[in-house]
Amino acid sequence: MSAIAAIPPKSYEVKPKLDESGTPIGELLEISMGPHHPSTHGVFRMDVVLDGETVVKLKPVFGYLHRNHEKIGENISYLASMPYTDRLDYFCSMTNNWAYALTVEKLAGLAVPERAEYIRVIMAELTRLQNHTCLIGFFVQDMGALGTPMMYAFREREKILDLFESVSGARMMCNYMRFGGVRVDVNDEWIAQTKTVVSNYSKFLDEFGTFLTENEIVLARSQFVGVLPKELAINASITGPMLRAAGVNYDLRKVDKYGIYSRFNFQVPVGEHGDIYDRYMVRVLEMRESIKILEQALRDIPAGPVMDPKSKLRGFRPKPGEVYGRVEGPKGELGFYLISDGSPNPYRYRVRPPSFVNLTILEDMCLGHRISDAVVILGSVDIVLGEVDR
Amino acid sequence: METLEQIKARIEAALPSAKIDIVANECPAGERSLLVDAANGFLIAKFLRDDAQLKLDYCSNVTGVDWPDKELTEKTRVKQVVDGVEKEVEEVNKTIRPGYLEVVYHLYSMALKHGPVVLRLRTENRADQTHLPSLTPLWRGAEFQEREVYDLYGVIFDGHPDLRRILMWDEFVGFPMRRDYIAPDDFEYEPTPHDEVLVEAKKHYPVEPKAEVKV
Repeated sequence: MSAIAAIPPKSYEVKPKLDESGTPIGELLEISMGPHHPSTHGVFRMDVVLDGETVVKLKPVFGYLHRNHEKIGENISYLASMPYTDRLDYFCSMTNNWAYALTVEKLAGLAVPERAEYIRVIMAELTRLQNHTCLIGFFVQDMGALGTPMMYAFREREKILDLFESVSGARMMCNYMRFGGVRVDVNDEWIAQTKTVVSNYSKFLDEFGTFLTENEIVLARSQFVGVLPKELAINASITGPMLRAAGVNYDLRKVDKYGIYSRFNFQVPVGEHGDIYDRYMVRVLEMRESIKILEQALRDIPAGPVMDPKSKLRGFRPKPGEVYGRVEGPKGELGFYLISDGSPNPYRYRVRPPSFVNLTILEDMCLGHRISDAVVILGSVDIVLGEVDR
Repeated sequence: METLEQIKARIEAALPSAKIDIVANECPAGERSLLVDAANGFLIAKFLRDDAQLKLDYCSNVTGVDWPDKELTEKTRVKQVVDGVEKEVEEVNKTIRPGYLEVVYHLYSMALKHGPVVLRLRTENRADQTHLPSLTPLWRGAEFQEREVYDLYGVIFDGHPDLRRILMWDEFVGFPMRRDYIAPDDFEYEPTPHDEVLVEAKKHYPVEPKAEVKV
């Protein structure tokens, strides 16, 4: 291993700004923002070079939460990875479970019963609702509205987390889905409760929207800030609401039609300008579409089993082969890539985290803006460090 | 979308020097992949991105796979004269398949909404010939993911704009996702080591000098 020449770390020397004749004017300031900074949404660091207040250079630095999730996944059985996927994006454990279960089902050729498919859609859309709600709370907090708006968002989030808790036993680390179905069935009372939460949600969105959507400060801070052009967004593999805000209609629920998404009537909101405000609006509209999906799913959910009788949880050994499965998580495309060699553990277990890839263009979006805008731009990317660092 | 055979034939028509194999996948729901040679890897990827019928403008997933040296056993039946009688005897031939590192790209098209085309590139070996062309100039989205593959597997991507470690710290030695990586025994963190941890931890303890007993 020592034969490989190590690449020396890049030099980040800060050079003074020069005028046309080559004499230095003023000085650039290098700031290491984070890892323990409240606006960085976790242990995330930005090496920022500032000219006055303007960002000249920005490098994201992460890995503080790195525990080599993929290596752990290679050393434990397929099923044992399921609770670990909760810890990737700890806001959306249900979607992570689904992505992993979907990939293993593709690998082993398992079918999912009808009722379980409906339950999965309900869980995924509830997850999307609470993730986007929280994100908007954080987003307003990043702009300086400390505390109160976030608490409004968290109040609604808790209602959804209560539903998760009553069905899976845990608020955030749900560990709910299994290969070929879901762990436990939901009862009629739960469905009635969910219907109440969902029917009250549009009212909450209206209320939240009254405060934010046409708020003067929100408009001033977010319109034409952090613009991401359409071509760059596609080229940089951006996914999720970030991509759709840039004007690309690409939603895996429509493109791949995984699960039973082809049965629901919903639309994909697409932005025009690719700025922060569009990202906010796309998320709000996506929540309204999620409510539509939830209403249809809760209305149509059939009775029946929730596990494929062929699926084996213990002694599970899929045949050799490799597979890539992906779902539309609230943050973007969440993919799992598995190689099986016929043993109880995967030979290769790879997570394609959406927020890790979405950070690629953070510098491009921040250049030329104020340092205070960089905070809001980072917030609009919607990162969770459990997933970025893995 | 076209089949992989058609794509392969069209690449070979456009780039006569390209060497392409189709790697089978035993999983029926999974995709077969195109194994391309490292020398032409960049041009083949460029062809896939710019071709009007494919338009693979979206590089979703980049990942590394480590394949260490593997001992292959091959059994052949050979006729041998044993004790004056001709018999069929099984002869076992052992060959070692040299190991390599592999980088896998999953390409989709956002414009035409199809995919994936799976592209694989392999290094010469796992020790000193671990160079591969970087596809970051074609797809920005590969930038961080290729850095991650460099960080965890040690594949060096030629042409990458900023190839540094990304998850581990810069001074870290070794590539933790390789299958033969041995984690350093980090036993000192345990405040009160016991059982097998204690045995390992004792290697780190200084030898205590025995007190001299004076009569």
